Order: sequence, then C-alpha cells, then structure tokens
Amino acid sequence: MSPAIEVLLSLLVVAGAAFTFIGSLGLARLPDFYTRLHGPTKATTVGVGCLLVASSVAFSASGDGLSLKEVLISMFLFITAPISAHLLAKAALHQCLPSVAPGPDPRPGDGPA
Amino acid sequence: MNAWLPHPVVTPVLAILWLLLNDSAAPGQIILGLVLGWVIPRLTVAFWPEPVRILAPGRLLRLAGVFLCDVVAANLAVARLILAGPARLRPAFVIVPLDLSHDIAISLLANAICLVPGTVSAQLSADHRQLLVHALDCDDPLQLIATIKLRYEAPLQAIFEGEGAC
Amino acid sequence: MLNMALTIALSLVTGACALSFFRLLRGPSAPDRILALDTLYINAIALLVLVGILQASPHYFEIAVLIALMGFVGTVSLAKFLLRGDIIE
Repeated sequence: MSPAIEVLLSLLVVAGAAFTFIGSLGLARLPDFYTRLHGPTKATTVGVGCLLVASSVAFSASGDGLSLKEVLISMFLFITAPISAHLLAKAALHQCLPSVAPGPDPRPGDGPA
Repeated sequence: MNAWLPHPVVTPVLAILWLLLNDSAAPGQIILGLVLGWVIPRLTVAFWPEPVRILAPGRLLRLAGVFLCDVVAANLAVARLILAGPARLRPAFVIVPLDLSHDIAISLLANAICLVPGTVSAQLSADHRQLLVHALDCDDPLQLIATIKLRYEAPLQAIFEGEGAC
Repeated sequence: MLNMALTIALSLVTGACALSFFRLLRGPSAPDRILALDTLYINAIALLVLVGILQASPHYFEIAVLIALMGFVGTVSLAKFLLRGDIIE
C-alpha cells in the first residue's frame, strides 16, 4: 500500500469516527428530543459514510479489483436515515413531547406516513 | 410504461444493485440481475400508484451534486453546534408551504430536508400542502423557507413536473 | 500510521456506543430510546467496518449489511407502533 493511500485512509477513518462520535455526543447532551434527533441523522450517517468509503479504498488498494459493495450500504443508510428520523419526529409530535422551541402552531393535521 | 415493462428505469437500477451486492460482473449474474429487475417491478406494480417520470435527467445530476456538497457543509455546521453546547442553540419549528404535487417529489424533498441544512422534516399535512420542519439553529424562518424552496424544491419541480407545471 | 488511526477511530466509535447507551438507559421518553437504539445499530456498523479494515477481512461486511437492513426495519416498526398503537394494520 503506497504512503499516499495510507495517509488518505487514515484521514478518512479518523474523520468518520469523529463524526460518529459527535453524532452520539449530540444524542447524549442536547436538551430535548427534537434537537437530539439532529445528531444521529446527520453526523452519524455521514461518519459511517466516511468509514465505508475508507473500507472501499482499503480493499480496492489491497489487490483483487475494485471493491464497490460499500457503496451499497452507504446508499442504504443515506436513504433510510431520513425516513427513520421523519417517523420518529412524527411519533414524538404524536406523543406531544416537550420541546425547547415554541411548539408548532397551528399544527398540521395527521397525514399519511 | 405498459404492463409488460411497468418501470423502465427501475430494471437497470435493480440489476446494478444486484451486481453490487454480489460484487461481481459475471455474465450469469448480469442475466440474473436483469431477470430480477424485470420480475420485481411486475410483482410490486400495485404499490406504485403513479409512474415515475424523470423529465430532466441533467438537472437531477446537478441536484445530486449540489446535495452532496450541502451534506458536507451541513454536517460541519451541525458538528460545530453540538460541540458548542446546548446554550447556543436556537431551535424552531417552521412550516414550509409546498408547491410540489407529485408524491415522489414530496418524499424526496422531505428526505433532502432531513439530511441537509440542520433541519428534520417532522410532519406532512393531510392535504400535502404544508411540511412541518424542525430546525436546529434558525433565527430567520423566512430565510430558511426561501433557501429550501430555491435549492431543492425548484429543481425537484422541474425534474418531476416540468418547468411551469402545477 | 494506519494502525494508529484505526486505534483512535475504534476508541471514538466505542465512546459513541457508550454515549448512545447512556441515552438508551436514561430515556426519558420512548422515542428517545428508539433513537438511541437506531444510533447504536449505526455505531455497530461503524465498528464492524473498522474491524474489517483492521483485519483485512471482507467477511465483516456481510454482517454490516444484515445489521443495516434489520436495524432499519426495527426502527420503523417501533416508530409505527408509537404512532398507531399497532404494527400491522
């Protein structure tokens, strides 16, 4: 493995892990449910995306051809993260969880999921 | 768009997904992927009430590029906010009025909003005309609405409904 | 150098798991706990990918795909349960 690729890999791995950590930090320290929702949906998804790109580069560099399976799982995470965030936000509104922000008013009615 | 091949776009996409999953491009796998890409849309045609038409593929690619850049920028912003701590947050609920009428365009917009500028889409009103959005750090709701409309809604409208539609 | 980066990354992701677990135990509401579980499974994917790079073995990847699929279905069905009080309508 050439030094340039190793530096790139190290940067990707550390950046991805740092984003993942920041996402969970947001989950642990932010004040209400709606703000907590932001950490995992954005930072963690992109963090894992970085790690998957790193894995793709690592396996492609170590021989036997291009490794593209990682693209699949990153795509899957990028498609599903907003859906689970949206559903959880809906569930929280449904349960009338308290929020730091002034509540949504007038509230749109329950639509289909 | 006929009953024989209900979703021409879905077939190659499914075939490519199958090849990625198997991590091979052997001729047998390509044939199996194409067969799956043909059979699955036919079996699930009942779940796709209206056909998807992409009117402007070029703009779709450009939107994807803009979107990827925004994802990186938005993540740096959210990471900074989380590290700065809860005291600096100005969370707000914002209601975004929608001009889109195509269901798939609306769900793509909601997904984009969830991933991009420090916002999560929370609820779609029953008449599909308003989207309730929660923003992590927002001091000017009108500007947020304008940004969402200009950057994402206008291109989506052009892609799925044609320029002057609606 | 790569080994050091991987060690740092593994400790960061383990820290992330601990923080999500804290939120899982702490609550206070059901959506909070579901969100913590959702984050935990994404962290598990990150851990598996890192271990896969560390051991240069592609087999961990298959498990990561399975966890991604199952985790998403789990989160959606739990959220649906909170919304409707029922999973299958």
